[in-house]
Amino acid sequence: MTSGGFIERLRTGLWRDNPGLVQLLGLCPLLAVTSTFVNGLGLGIATLLVLTASNALVSATRRWIRHEIRIPIYVLIIASLVTCVELIFKAWFPTLDRSLGIFIPLIVTNCAIIARAEIFASRNSIGVSIADGLGMGAGFAGLLMALGAFRELVGHASIGGFSFADRGFLLAILPPGAFFALALAVALKNHIDRKPGR
Amino acid sequence: MSDQGIIKAGVTLALIASICTALVAATYQATHERIAANEKALLEQSLQPALSGVFYDSGVSESRLVLQPPHDLPGNDPAVIYRVFAESKPVAALFAVTARDGFSGPIRVLVGVEYDGTVTGIRILQHRETPGLGDKIEATRSDWVFQFDGHSIGDPPVTGWAIREDGGEFDQLTGASITPRAVIKAVRDTLLYFDANRETIFLAEASGEDE
Repeated sequence: MTSGGFIERLRTGLWRDNPGLVQLLGLCPLLAVTSTFVNGLGLGIATLLVLTASNALVSATRRWIRHEIRIPIYVLIIASLVTCVELIFKAWFPTLDRSLGIFIPLIVTNCAIIARAEIFASRNSIGVSIADGLGMGAGFAGLLMALGAFRELVGHASIGGFSFADRGFLLAILPPGAFFALALAVALKNHIDRKPGR
Repeated sequence: MSDQGIIKAGVTLALIASICTALVAATYQATHERIAANEKALLEQSLQPALSGVFYDSGVSESRLVLQPPHDLPGNDPAVIYRVFAESKPVAALFAVTARDGFSGPIRVLVGVEYDGTVTGIRILQHRETPGLGDKIEATRSDWVFQFDGHSIGDPPVTGWAIREDGGEFDQLTGASITPRAVIKAVRDTLLYFDANRETIFLAEASGEDE
């Protein structure tokens, strides 16, 4: 994979190789927490922070890490960062932390993060790796927010907690609704990409 | 990998592990006071609705009393009692107890009782009842739990602490009678326990912060 410039990394993460839409990574939290916009936003930001910091650390230490022990080191770095982010959320965003619950600690298991460490950060300089983390994190966060907003709109008939109708279409906030919404998002992306002229 | 390689790898791993641990420790140091304060505030806030109409000293969460099973309160898991004081005089008590016979699993109920045995508020802390039917026991979904406020053992008498279908004086929920039955029974047993043990409850030593 080529490194490319800063903008190119952002664009790759946000759209071309979007971890959720294209690589289909990290779907468990993606499907589980996107029942509201705020939840999607919260987990999105947490994942973005962890991904960027882990890319930076992995890239910064890449010259000293022997190939044989790289995986335990990635796991250590990612788990520590997730713990820090969890503590920070608990201290400054307690309400959000409560509604996200177990999914904050579970960021550790988001394969999108270890995949970026292995595929990108371990082979590229720190600046580009940070850009990659930001791009991929923003791509993931953006998808979480879009799905959250869509499902909240259809399922709760509200947006960001402000409700404008009594009831919504319940299916959207149940687990199957998450799959439908993701499928729609993937289909929409493919449709846009296939338009002539791109 | 050569012997030297293994040692090098081990040292690297140990080094990175210590750096990561230091990072987590520093974050913990910077956040743990805030986190403890948040948790305390959340607890006090969650207890407050069950004490409507009662004036009391702050710091209710510090008066926690945990009864390990077997105890005489409903449920076979630890029951938690908060003693509520106003100007150091006992005015009310809160009980977190478990109704074991819910429709789908145990229901955790918070019962607030004034010193004279009058209910100051009931809230459902945890349950897995059917959405749309049994979950109307939640204060946010219907006003069913509010019907107990102001009642006590004697008003109605013990036999009246049941749903109308069973000859009692309290409303059931449309489409769900097992859930209300379980909640009412837990509330009634809690009130009976309070009437019998009122004196000792307020004298007992608080039993730590963790449930």
